[in-house]
Amino acid sequence: MNDCPDIAASEPVFAEPWHAQVFALTVHLNEAGRFTWAEWVARFSATLKRHGLSRDLDGGEDYFNAWLETLEMLLDEAGEAAPEERAEARAEWERAYLSTPHGQPVRLAE
Amino acid sequence: MPHDHHDHPHALLPSDPALRVKALETILTRKGLIDPAALDEIIDTYQNRIGPQNGARVVARAWSDPDFKAALLADATPLVAEMGYFGRQGEHMVVVENTLQTHNMVVCTLCSCYPWPLLGIPPGWYKSDAYRARAVREPRKVLAEFGVTLPEGAAVRVWDSTAEIRYLVLPMRPEGSADMDEAALAALVTRDSMIGTGLARVPA
Repeated sequence: MNDCPDIAASEPVFAEPWHAQVFALTVHLNEAGRFTWAEWVARFSATLKRHGLSRDLDGGEDYFNAWLETLEMLLDEAGEAAPEERAEARAEWERAYLSTPHGQPVRLAE
Repeated sequence: MPHDHHDHPHALLPSDPALRVKALETILTRKGLIDPAALDEIIDTYQNRIGPQNGARVVARAWSDPDFKAALLADATPLVAEMGYFGRQGEHMVVVENTLQTHNMVVCTLCSCYPWPLLGIPPGWYKSDAYRARAVREPRKVLAEFGVTLPEGAAVRVWDSTAEIRYLVLPMRPEGSADMDEAALAALVTRDSMIGTGLARVPA
């Protein structure tokens, strides 16, 4: 009997593409000097703590939702992505998805 | 095509968080604050090039080379950097050795700090509230749930990672591995054995 998970057959690194995207976005902003990693950890752990008070986080979707919320707050405070701007860009993407025929690449109208 | 009937007449709408991430990318790209190609590069690196195989190579080398092991335990960061594994977030790497007397186990009670260059992205359970809370409070119980049986009388030490310091466990070299070379040894080193929630595999 061997309970050790096999390294080669491990679970996917990111369960959802957006998990990878929000992760990469954060790492990239850190590398570009927008914030230090210690700052990120302090903010992110505060979000996790706040969420964890009301329910158990499962380390998957919950965890990346908390991650995304933290990044949105940080960028809002830095004046780089205000809530209205975010809502507008999100709506643009939603329109693009709803108006693009299935199978075609989805792009924003410039 | 108008005559091409399909279940989805338009592209499938991604989930709310997926759209919000896209929105952030769009805003930051338009402002020239991010480079979309760099994002792809980061994803590719973490998805394909960084993983527990890196840490396993470090462990196998430490098992094979006593001088390397001594240096690794004294100051791991420059040694693993020489092997090509360095922290993108500038963290300090600390290696803690399991012995018959002491079993080490790593957690991040704050969030999910983890030695990314050596192990890749942490598994879901490492990030869960349950593990983060219980690893410190009842490590032996957690280890038992992972199926880890410790040598009798062994103490358990729990290391709490931070943004600055990431721990890697150097598991004990298993019985029956005396004649193996580094490549064969590396195959015995599991991800969990380097977090301390597992032991190295025993050669078949």
